[in-house]
Order: sequence, then C-alpha cells, then structure tokens
Amino acid sequence: MKRSVWSFLLPLLVVLAVGLFPLVTQKDLHRETAFTLLRAVALAASLNIILGFTGYVSFGHVVFYGLGGYVAFYLVAVKGWPFWAAMLMGGVAAALLAYLIGAGILRLRGAYFALVTIGVNEAMKAFIYNFQPFGGPTGLTMNFAVYKAYGGPKAVLWMTYYWLFAIAILLVLVTYWIRTSKFGLGLLSIREDEDAAEVMGVRTARFKTWAFTLSAFFPGLVGAIFFFRNASIEPHDAFPLHVSIESIVMVMLGGQGTVIGPLVGGIGYQWMRVFLLTNPLLKNIQLAVAGALLLLIVLFIPAGLVGWLRRRFPATRRFLL
Amino acid sequence: MDMGFLMASLIDGLLLGFVFGIAAIGLTLIFGVMEVINLAHGPVIALGMFTVYFAATLLGLHPYAGVGLSAVTGLLLGILIYAIAVQRVIGQPHLSSLLATYSVNMMIIGIGTAVFTASPRNIEFSLGSITLGPATIPVARIVAAVAALLAAVALYFFMQYTRWGKFIRAVTDNRDAAELVGIPSNKVLAFSFGLGTMLAMFSGGLIATLFPFTILEGGKYELKSFVISVLGGLGNPMGALVGGIIIGLIEGLVPVFLPTTWVLVVEFVLFVLILLVRPTGLFGGRAS
Repeated sequence: MKRSVWSFLLPLLVVLAVGLFPLVTQKDLHRETAFTLLRAVALAASLNIILGFTGYVSFGHVVFYGLGGYVAFYLVAVKGWPFWAAMLMGGVAAALLAYLIGAGILRLRGAYFALVTIGVNEAMKAFIYNFQPFGGPTGLTMNFAVYKAYGGPKAVLWMTYYWLFAIAILLVLVTYWIRTSKFGLGLLSIREDEDAAEVMGVRTARFKTWAFTLSAFFPGLVGAIFFFRNASIEPHDAFPLHVSIESIVMVMLGGQGTVIGPLVGGIGYQWMRVFLLTNPLLKNIQLAVAGALLLLIVLFIPAGLVGWLRRRFPATRRFLL
Repeated sequence: MDMGFLMASLIDGLLLGFVFGIAAIGLTLIFGVMEVINLAHGPVIALGMFTVYFAATLLGLHPYAGVGLSAVTGLLLGILIYAIAVQRVIGQPHLSSLLATYSVNMMIIGIGTAVFTASPRNIEFSLGSITLGPATIPVARIVAAVAALLAAVALYFFMQYTRWGKFIRAVTDNRDAAELVGIPSNKVLAFSFGLGTMLAMFSGGLIATLFPFTILEGGKYELKSFVISVLGGLGNPMGALVGGIIIGLIEGLVPVFLPTTWVLVVEFVLFVLILLVRPTGLFGGRAS
C-alpha cells in the first residue's frame, strides 16, 4: 500500500499544534501546559525508539533524564557554561551511558532486561546520592544571577520552552526516519523474532545498541531543560522510577512502534491526569483510576490506539504510521 | 576496628536478611511458576504492614496474631489479583504482565493513600532486647527472623511433599505437560500467585513489628526483593533465602566501612553485575 504524505504530516501537525498554541496566545499558563505536554511527548517518543521498535522493555528511561539533568545543571551552575552547550553535553552524557551499558545489558532478554534497567536506575540514584560534586543528597540549586545572562527568569521560561519544542519536532523527524528506513526495519525484525533476524543477517547487537543510544540522547536533553528552568535538582526528583513507567504507559496507550502513537499517548495520558486531578470525585483516587484504565488497555487493546485503528480499519494504514 | 560494632551490625543485618528473604521468595516463586515479574509486590508488602497495624489497633489482636491474619489475607488477595489482572496476560510478551501488575500497584497505592494517607504509622510493641557479648539485639528481630525461617522451611516441605506443592513444581517445569496429566494448571497458577502474595504480606507484617512505615514503604522492599531474587536465581525459592542472607550481611557489613548511604549503591551495582555475568543467579534459577 502506498504511503500517503499525511503519515508524515499528521505527527508533525500534532506537535506543531501543541507547541505553537502558547506562542499565539502568549499566556504563561498555556506555555506551562504545553511544556508539560511536550515533555511527555518527548519522553514517550524517545522511549518508543527502544521499546516500540525493538520490543525491549526499559524501565530505565528516567536514568537518562536524570543524568542529563545533572550533567547540564552542574556545567551551568558550577562551571558557568552557556546553557545550550551544557544541554548538549547532558544529552551526550546520557547517550554515552546508554552506549556503554547497552552492549552488556541488551544481551539480556524479556524480564531480565526490564529488571536490569530498574537496577541501573536505582544504582545511579544511590550513587548520585553519595556523589559530592553533584551535591550529594541535597543536590544543587541555581543561583538566580545565572538567569540574568538570559534576560531574567521569565525569558528563561520562554527560551527553555523553545528548546523543548525544537526537540519534540526533531523527535518526530527522527522517529519517522527510523520507521521508514532500513535501520527501522532491522529494529522491527528484532522485535518480531530476534534469532530469525540475526540469521537473516541483521546485525542485531549493533542495531539494538544504536537504538538504545539514540533513545537515551533525547531524555538527556529534556532533563537538562527541565532542571535548568526548575532551578534545583536532587536525586529523588531526578530519578523517579514512576516517570519511566508513565513513559511506558504513554507509549502503550498510543501504540508502540508507530510514529504518531507515542505523541497521541503522551498528550492523552497528560490530559487524563489533569482531568482526574481536577475532578472533585476522583481527585483522591486518581492514581487508582489511572491504574484501572491502564489494566483495561493492557488486557483489551495491547496494541494501543493507533495499533488498534490500523488493525481494525486497514484503510487508515495509509496515513497512520 | 571496633569488633563489637561489627558483630552487632552483622547479626542485625543477618536477622533482617531472613525477613527480606521471605518476601523475595514470594516474588521469585511467582516468576518461577508463570514468568511474571510482579510489580505489585511492594504495595502488597505495605498492605501486610497495615493489616497488622489495624488488627492491633481496631481488633486488639497481638501483633503476631496480626501477622498470621496478614498471611491469610495475602493468600486470598493474591488469588483475586491473579483472577483480575494476571490470568489473561500469562504467556504474552513481558510488557503485558509488567504493566498489568503495575496497574495493580497503582490501584493499591492510589486507594491506599486516599484511605490511609501517607503519614507514618508505628506499632507500639517491644519485647525488650538481649545482650550477646558486645551486641545488643531487640528480641522482636530474633522472633521475626525465626518466623521467616520457619515459613521458608514450611514452604520447602509443602513444595516437596504435598499434592499441591507437587502440582506447583510440575507446572513450573512444563505447564502443557502438567495439563496433559490432569493438573488444573490455571488453578495452580492462581494458587501460586496467592502463595507468593501471602509470603509478601507475611514479610510485610513482620517488618511492621520492627520499623515504622507508610503505605509507600513497600517500594523499598520490592526493590530489595528484586535484588535478592536475582542473587539467588530468579525462580529459585531456596536461592532467594540465601540471597536474603547475603543482602542482610551486606547491610550489616557495609556501614562498618562506608557511610550507610553506600549500602544501596553496593546492592544495586551487585544486582546489575549479577544480571550481566550470571543472569541465572548464584545458585542457578530458571534459564533466560
């Protein structure tokens, strides 16, 4: 079936719609809402590269977010680097960690891989807790004088927003490229049957490692942005396991291994959270309601919204990728 | 170095190791039988703590009677969780079972924080302490360790010599073959999940007699259970008991040489290394 140009434009339009909205209204509240949405989208779309395409369930996505956040924060607050360079280093540090551990841990399959990623996250959190240059248990705080160089705190909020917006767009392009490239085909073959892929000549070890590295680079950038505008960072905020799991849920919700799925999943999940948190009846048990919804999805539509649409209505495959 | 401190710290760690070990046995048993990593293990441990707490404050039960009640509740709760969330994802990709059990985790924590709040609880309970040479040990810890050890021994005999114990081992080995010779494998899976949950709540009950706790406390012990299970070999219950002892000794030994906060670094680095070098654990578990 010939692919419609909409398979590329739709995901791009989704991100543009969310991202441009506060630029039009110029309202702080809208910008913060869009920031939360784009952060969710970026985390989900980057996790999708390893989880969706290769089928390796990583609970360690947040370790890259936290590490990128810490490295960038340290470079800006202590070493006085310009933000953009520090952010880039945050991403590089996260990607480097993924590359170094990837060769080892990607040999493990199924539950063993999931467990080891939990272990890597907890080990990193416990280590940072004891690592004095990063402030140990109390973490680091940003001197507000640093923000002056960027035109004050308000300008920083906008500047970091633009960066995040740009990263979200970049992720759409990267995901689309992977989905339509030979590299992506290799990753998908790993997901379907890794041994068969290997026999067919896919260099599975190399493919997996690069997918893992690529998927780690982006949360590193996002963490750098988030903690820079947050003005403080500490171990428990930087490595919360539940953010990893929320990212998995967002990917699942939208449809793993698709381009538009994680975007829809990220936005849908955040929307649902806000709905539950502001609903007087459900506010106190929002976590329980979210859990029940997750269970229903896992049991009845494991392919996610986009996967379900593609299967149920084959005509949508032309433009839903 | 102060030998007295070392001794006291080691004994303390060892005793706690048995209690952590029994929770890990529950986790590893479930994995062994149905290849499900139970991410609801932590909240279930916390429910064990709360069962003992409310048995003591509302029903006026002795804490150890509360621990018994907690274990029975665990068996029933486990079967319920299996029926609702786990049954349909058996044999599916790991992502499904991980997320299904995590959704149970969210539901328990969500309702738990709404009902019990996240404020810390404490069971007013002390059995005094005894002095062994340079070490002073609270009696409650000795009782908890002995209870955990007895539970592990009981589980061993149950698995070896009873009808249902043999069923569980048969289904662990090969579910299809077990089904062919007339073992009701779905019931066995449900019962195994109940048994694993029972051990978690039993362990949580024992922990509640030692430390203050909140509804979120279980997460910490869930992670410990992961580390212990992997040390002993995932799917190998008796390996988990030894894993518990090893973790207990690490927790006793590390603070003698390094600040206490390094304990977790050592544990999780060990965890990752074991998975990389010997994923079947120190004593062999279910092959990956």
